[in-house]
Amino acid sequence: MNRYDAIVIGAGHNGLTNAAYLAKAGLNVVVLEKNAYIGGAAVSRELHPGWVYSNCSYVCSMLRQAIHRDLDLSRHGLILVPYLGTISFGDGDGRLFAYHNPDAAYLELKRHSPHDADAMHRFHADLTRYSQLIRKTLMRTPPEPTSFRPKDILEFLYLAKQFWSLGEREIYEYVRFFTISAADFLDDYFENELIKAAMASPGIIGTALGVYSPGSAYILLHHAMGDVDGNIGAWGLARGGMGAISTALACAVRSHGGEICTQAGVRKVLVENRKAVGVMLENGDELRARIVVSNLDAKRTFTRIMDKADLPEGIFEKACNFKIRGSSGKVNIALSGLPRFSGVPDDRYINRGGQTFNGSLETMERAYDCWKRGRWSDNPFIESVIPSGSDPTVAPPGCHWMSNFIQYCPSSLSDGLWSPEKRERFGQTVIDKIERYSPGFRNLIVHMEVRTPHEIESEIGLTEGNIFQGELTIDQLFFNRPFPGYGQYRMPVRNLYMCGSSTHPGGGVSSACGANAAREILIDLRRPNTVPKDDFYDE
Amino acid sequence: MDRYDSIVIGAGHNGLVCAAYLAKSGQRVLVLEAAKSPGGLAARREFCDGFSVSIAHSVSHFSRTIVDDLNLAAKGFTTDGRALPTVGLSTEGNHVILEDGLLKGADTRDTDANTRFQALMSRFAKALEPFWFKTMPPMGNNSIGDVLTFAQIGFNLRRMGKRDLHEFLRIVSLPARDLMDEYFENNLVKTAFSWDGLIGSKIAPRSPNSAVLTMLYRIAGQATPGHIIPTGGVPGLVDALSISAQGFGAEIRYGARVSRILINGGKSGLATNGVQLGDGEKLRADRVISAVDPRRTFLELVGAEYLDIGFTNRIRRLRCDGYVAKLHLALDGLPQFSGLERPDGRLIIAPELDAMEFAFDDAKYGGCPASPVLEIVVPSIRDASLAPADKHVLSAHVMYIPYRLKTGWNEAARNTARERSIDSIGRYAPGIREQILHSEFLTPADLEREYRVTGGHWHHTEFAVDQMLMMRPTYGAAQYRTPLPNLFLCGAGCHPGGDITGVAGHNAAREILR
Repeated sequence: MNRYDAIVIGAGHNGLTNAAYLAKAGLNVVVLEKNAYIGGAAVSRELHPGWVYSNCSYVCSMLRQAIHRDLDLSRHGLILVPYLGTISFGDGDGRLFAYHNPDAAYLELKRHSPHDADAMHRFHADLTRYSQLIRKTLMRTPPEPTSFRPKDILEFLYLAKQFWSLGEREIYEYVRFFTISAADFLDDYFENELIKAAMASPGIIGTALGVYSPGSAYILLHHAMGDVDGNIGAWGLARGGMGAISTALACAVRSHGGEICTQAGVRKVLVENRKAVGVMLENGDELRARIVVSNLDAKRTFTRIMDKADLPEGIFEKACNFKIRGSSGKVNIALSGLPRFSGVPDDRYINRGGQTFNGSLETMERAYDCWKRGRWSDNPFIESVIPSGSDPTVAPPGCHWMSNFIQYCPSSLSDGLWSPEKRERFGQTVIDKIERYSPGFRNLIVHMEVRTPHEIESEIGLTEGNIFQGELTIDQLFFNRPFPGYGQYRMPVRNLYMCGSSTHPGGGVSSACGANAAREILIDLRRPNTVPKDDFYDE
Repeated sequence: MDRYDSIVIGAGHNGLVCAAYLAKSGQRVLVLEAAKSPGGLAARREFCDGFSVSIAHSVSHFSRTIVDDLNLAAKGFTTDGRALPTVGLSTEGNHVILEDGLLKGADTRDTDANTRFQALMSRFAKALEPFWFKTMPPMGNNSIGDVLTFAQIGFNLRRMGKRDLHEFLRIVSLPARDLMDEYFENNLVKTAFSWDGLIGSKIAPRSPNSAVLTMLYRIAGQATPGHIIPTGGVPGLVDALSISAQGFGAEIRYGARVSRILINGGKSGLATNGVQLGDGEKLRADRVISAVDPRRTFLELVGAEYLDIGFTNRIRRLRCDGYVAKLHLALDGLPQFSGLERPDGRLIIAPELDAMEFAFDDAKYGGCPASPVLEIVVPSIRDASLAPADKHVLSAHVMYIPYRLKTGWNEAARNTARERSIDSIGRYAPGIREQILHSEFLTPADLEREYRVTGGHWHHTEFAVDQMLMMRPTYGAAQYRTPLPNLFLCGAGCHPGGDITGVAGHNAAREILR
């Protein structure tokens, strides 16, 4: 029976990042992945010959540049390509084109509302400013509010100083921003419905909140604090699909001597006298290690692969109450050609970026109302990207693939469980909506894959198919993530850690959770720290 | 011409409290009220001969300190001390009743949960209580005293112990629904408990961030847990307040609508020096204290021309749209609710949290909910003076009725809303329609018009995390002082906020006298 220093459960991007840094510190690490392929939700899969889908996460922005450089991911083959402009579709024939060229962007906004065109400068300036405070915390371990240890007190003082030094006006704006709804927030800036809708869409992606729900403004920021090549708020594609990120991370793990085993699902975490000592695999094999790191979400970790008896009193209940609600679906489509959209100039540049089918704030909110009632809307919000427009490696020449992300898609339906037939109908709803904006779209379809929360959970293991491994609401953010008292990656059972998006700073392909967890583990194991500090070239 | 020390605009309960304290301190105080009688939203309203009600139909946490300081007991503010039980109505008659913290009608699992829940919430409420009475200092400046006040919040919370602090940090921003689901099984229990966290604001059971704080605010300062109806109804309290204020020498003028707050620009800059009435009469005073809601105070009575743009914008974007309408029924006899021998309490009509959520869903798009949710009180049971012999009045808060109806409010729309509300009641009190002698339905738009409160909003402006404490109504006016010298705020739009507590008026007076 082989023995390791550390076992990491789950080869998602955070698990791999965590393993890479532990291996870099000289630990003997193994990453266990239940699927035959690595990457978790950051994968490139050729589900139809010639077409490579990023069939879960599909764009990249939040990957911490410090990690990208430190693990030398570029050398391991990771290339990020910023993608071209985005088209937002209104309810009727309203179209809003987001150009990269600032002058073009300004004129386009002006076409809809001169007032909003000017307000956009204020909006972006404010959003960038708000994001700077959060960015500071991404690669730091949250302090424990009840602790009197110097480490925590100093961290608190650091944050208090950052916060206090903003001054009264700024603090007020922050508190407001962090607690109000995306709709209320946008009302401060814009008057045009389509522009509001376009700006609001990041506020609902992946969350079980609507644009009118207090708290959605923060989600908006969560999506705006990333960057591509230092360009804050920009989004990019990983050349070759999101799997390129996982592959690069895996290379980093191996280059530091780490091991990765696929088709090695974990049945149970072994606990002996209240210490994690290893894991038992699905096939009954036992692996032992000094520490066990779970990259699974908090609910799955404590309710599926752990024995309630092994947990301190109350933890199981906390895990059951952990809010991890499936709210999104995914439809990946292989296309024989580039779709044309009505009311959009035949302009290679704009056509090959993303399309968001927003409608209006009300359309988006009504889709949320359907979700509450356990249905999907006939008029859902869809965020689409055509990666093949900027990355020729993911589709045959002249062909394209389109990633469609749909809000909202309930994990459990009012009329019972998901079935292949219901999944098919859900897929058709999406096609129908796109067809309304792109006549003839249906005829371009070569192959399509529909993923509801059910598929996402059963395949990748994200509970309820929640892409963030847990709602990003204040009660589950920062030192409250995943539960109050366990915000520092150490879990209630000794030698057990968590490194997934269920921990601070939360969802998104950021690798920050994994890196932060590694830093804390190395402290406990009295090893020199290998995790880089974040850098703020944007300040 | 004669000059006052202080002019208070509006004889709502906060205005009266503030005036009473100032008069007590020896100031020469004049209270100007546009209506014919005092009380604002707590005033007596005879909506048909012999039947009277008040918009606010119960008092939940009126400050004890104020009762004692202003000697209100002697001025006629008395209660039988019996708190109104909160009743979650069920059509089948198996209601749940919450009385003096005890839960009846639910199974043991819920009653046990209730004990834990009540204990937890009152611990939290206790930790926060001091701060509702404090003037919260401005943020971001580093004067020791101010920083200490904030540190004290942290200290109070930390003193609850590790376990409680952890729990507090988690649930304080939780949506009412998630909190209820964690503790209770019974749907009626869930709605009855959520009610106080949601009513009056633009939030539904699934809305994060503000519901729990609102609950805690409403638990704080409650001598006896729950709502009471004073002798003479809520107006009884108002009468006591005005008698007390006048007793201390304050002057109250009714039918005196203020049209402008007068500002003069001297060498030392702008300053407030009086008010102008609708009829053009000018009254001078060393300071003016407005119990009117912030938006109306600054944008209508003062005028943006006297304020800096940033401040005006912050006032303009205050969320002031009311979502609660008022239904008044004059009844020929006691209403019969199935399975309830006496409708003596706050009767909540909301079968489950989703019923509230879906009512809100209609309202948030400016529609009228298909089946509204209600809080009903029959005040005439506690106070016979409100209705003729053997007759009764039914007073109901109806949620969620939008201030901005997409189609605009008109007679037809108002009738639809009224009928739907009465239908909702009818499901629980089948005979109600036959008993109705007269009915009145006041939408938030009506409340705005009749009571001169922006958006018809109970709390003058949304009671939400970003409009609380040192941010209420907004910084620059959150310590009862305003950017204009000699102009103060003392209404529900200031810290700590709405409901009939009198604390805003009390705190304002303290700041003025400081």
